[in-house]
Amino acid sequence: MTLEMIAILLGGLTIGSALMVVLSKHPVRSVLYLVVTFFLISANYILMNAQFLAIVNIIVYAGAIMVLFLFVLMLLNLNKDSEPITSIGIKLAGIIAGGVLLTVMLAALKDGLVITQQAVGSANNNGLVENLGELLFTKYVLPFEMSSVLFIAAMVGAVMLAKREKQIND
Amino acid sequence: MINMVLASIFESGVSIDFYIVLASVLFAIGAVGVLVRRNAIVLLMCIELMLNAVNLLMVAFSTYHGNGDGQVFVFFIMVVAAAEATIGLSILVMAYRNIRSTDVGIFNKLKG
Repeated sequence: MTLEMIAILLGGLTIGSALMVVLSKHPVRSVLYLVVTFFLISANYILMNAQFLAIVNIIVYAGAIMVLFLFVLMLLNLNKDSEPITSIGIKLAGIIAGGVLLTVMLAALKDGLVITQQAVGSANNNGLVENLGELLFTKYVLPFEMSSVLFIAAMVGAVMLAKREKQIND
Repeated sequence: MINMVLASIFESGVSIDFYIVLASVLFAIGAVGVLVRRNAIVLLMCIELMLNAVNLLMVAFSTYHGNGDGQVFVFFIMVVAAAEATIGLSILVMAYRNIRSTDVGIFNKLKG
């Protein structure tokens, strides 16, 4: 049992659940499979010793964003009957386009990495809260503050968009 | 005993090629989802999947080079993704209120 075997097992499960996100007809099932995918990606982060990001990934993605998606799905009352169907030609074209994209990406990335055959070790402590926090509050303090402005803009925008419009009698 | 086993597991590493392949496959699955599915909410979910594939590769390279900057960037990507999902979903709720559907094929009123 080596790290490689654990990583391959986790990677296979991640790809499987990501496929189920696209393949399942029911939107709620897609959301739940996406939550599973995010947990598996967090497990991959822990394997790479990025503990802070693993926890943030679970809290922000699986906890906040996916609950928002579920809320909207339940609010709009979407079920299998209202699911739009795609024609077979578009399905085929999409799969071919995705396969070509995958081939091109793998070919381009494989060529660039012939020289380096080092392993992703877990020896360094970059992913711990202490080191990341220091980096975040010294080198990247301006982007960090700017992201709070972005959040305020997003919050105001979401409230403005989702507010029920007043009926205008003309 | 368990500590010894865990230490021996974490001594070995995973080659960077594995994470490149995994992230590329996840990105391609997300791209196929955007092209094939017509429900706008599932489309947004597939975009999240693609963002996560990029995050995974960024963390892998950050660990590989022993440099924490990549993980800070992943943190900022998560911030932007959260804002994007909020705005996207509220636009979707508003569109659903007007045309009673989330099919992207019907969202063609702006075509003129």
